[in-house]
Amino acid sequence: MANFYHSVTLDKDKCVGCTNCIKRCPTEAIRVRDGKAVITQERCIDCGECIRICPHHAKRARHDPLAIVKRFKYKIALPAPSLYGQFNNLDDQDYVLSGLKALDFDDVVEVSGAAELVSEATRRLMDSGAIRRPVISSACPAVVRLIRVRFPDLCDHVLPLRSPMEIAATIAKQAAMAKTGLPEEDIGCFFISPCPAKVTEVRDPICVEKSKVDGVLAISEIFPPLSHRMDRLEAAAIEPLSSSGIIGVGWATSGGESAALLKEKYLAADGIHNVIRVLEEVEDERIGDLDFIELNACTGGCVGGVLCVENPYIAQARLQRLRKYLPVSQSHLAANEPVPREMKWESELEFSNVMSLSPDIGKAMMMMMEIDDLEQTLPQLDCGACGSPTCRAFAEDVVKGISKKTDCIFTLRGKVEALSSMFGEQEETQEPES
Amino acid sequence: MSMLQLKYDIPGDDFTRAGEASGDVKQKLKKLGYNPAAIRRVAIAMYEGEINVVIHGGGGEAVVDVDPDKVSILLIDHGPGIADVEKAMQEGWSTAPDNVRSLGFGAGMGLPNMKKYSDEMEIDSVVGKGTKLKLVVYAQSSKA
Repeated sequence: MANFYHSVTLDKDKCVGCTNCIKRCPTEAIRVRDGKAVITQERCIDCGECIRICPHHAKRARHDPLAIVKRFKYKIALPAPSLYGQFNNLDDQDYVLSGLKALDFDDVVEVSGAAELVSEATRRLMDSGAIRRPVISSACPAVVRLIRVRFPDLCDHVLPLRSPMEIAATIAKQAAMAKTGLPEEDIGCFFISPCPAKVTEVRDPICVEKSKVDGVLAISEIFPPLSHRMDRLEAAAIEPLSSSGIIGVGWATSGGESAALLKEKYLAADGIHNVIRVLEEVEDERIGDLDFIELNACTGGCVGGVLCVENPYIAQARLQRLRKYLPVSQSHLAANEPVPREMKWESELEFSNVMSLSPDIGKAMMMMMEIDDLEQTLPQLDCGACGSPTCRAFAEDVVKGISKKTDCIFTLRGKVEALSSMFGEQEETQEPES
Repeated sequence: MSMLQLKYDIPGDDFTRAGEASGDVKQKLKKLGYNPAAIRRVAIAMYEGEINVVIHGGGGEAVVDVDPDKVSILLIDHGPGIADVEKAMQEGWSTAPDNVRSLGFGAGMGLPNMKKYSDEMEIDSVVGKGTKLKLVVYAQSSKA
């Protein structure tokens, strides 16, 4: 439990202790304590909702500085497909890819190319019937972490394939070793990311022992120098670097991954609260006959990530333009062969029971009765002034011993009134004597 | 006598709230650290029962007794009752009106699904008086 890594962090000086983030968090992972937000590490899924909602910019996404690339002899950029949506009037990914090479990279490998391989592998795995239907996408690390802590019975529906980012890094490193003769540790792969959950996926991977990615750079940080460099590119410097088509670029937006499966019975939901609603329905088998479910924590899909610079809907419109004259797909797996082992997860996704009240079910039941009783005495306003997101969550916190009853300002007011009326009565009884 | 009892009113006039009680039971069982497979069976069986109370019973109540080894769900309505329980247990047999069928309900799988996902099921129905339905799901069961 102690070694959870998170890319969402708090700037204490900026936090004013308001209730915006505690109320928005999908796993009720945040409390306000002593006037500052505190994140419960084992519950946080790095979805970035708190970063998006904080009006004081006190929540930050941790990512690597651009200077990190200098630590490696051979540097490879792995741009996320959402990067292309950040540029106006882009007709060809090669402008962006050549711009990245001009910036400080020896090579560029498109994550959208690897995404096309994941799409093919998914089709093969689904046709073999090896995974429980409906198959749930594993590309969004926040969604995988959400399922791990909140939906125990859905863990074996999750697609057991590595993300396009990981596969791009694997391919890039193999190619670079063959090309340069350098050992693997001299080759650095850097993902250019729309979201902080990818930082967590690299530092604290699930179902994979160690990530092949050496650093995660924010789109928002690389965008200014990159667009500057792209403006100054000579025509001769534009190299044919792209390895992806409509399918790969489509992964940047919600619905792209499912469309690539060429199946009709799918659903694509985006925005973490919508994702939760869908997962609840899948869990209760209310969703009907579906083959595939694509879930993205951010609104609009990866283009809605908090490290993007452009509005997700504008980015989506730009990608539609870019995709218009692309081939359907440019990266393919070897025909008639099983899905390569290095594309698969190394271990199964296991439920992490961080929401339950106690490991002892008898004790948990006693606690729940106490919580139910206490909840009845609370105002049900869910005001958040106590530091917990709802009255129910506050009752839980009190029973768990991490909050005091008088942290509720209504309970406190009741006590103060009771005290003052007691003194008031004494004064009244004293009055006739004077 | 169970350790923990949960009670719910199931309103018969607001179809959009159908499923709230079973949803709350599911969340609470997760908080209790209940066996995930059992939670799923409780959620599905109770949901089907709750929908029936809304569609056919005109509303009613649910009383859920939680014990470490089993969850007992009692659903009570004061609706028209089930005239032929044996028939109602058949897959595909339904008396649901068209307006709820258009929402995807009324496929005649309610009672068969409750039977499938619970370990014990008792129906006590009197025509003109209402229906009492008891479902029991064991924490450890051979049922999937």
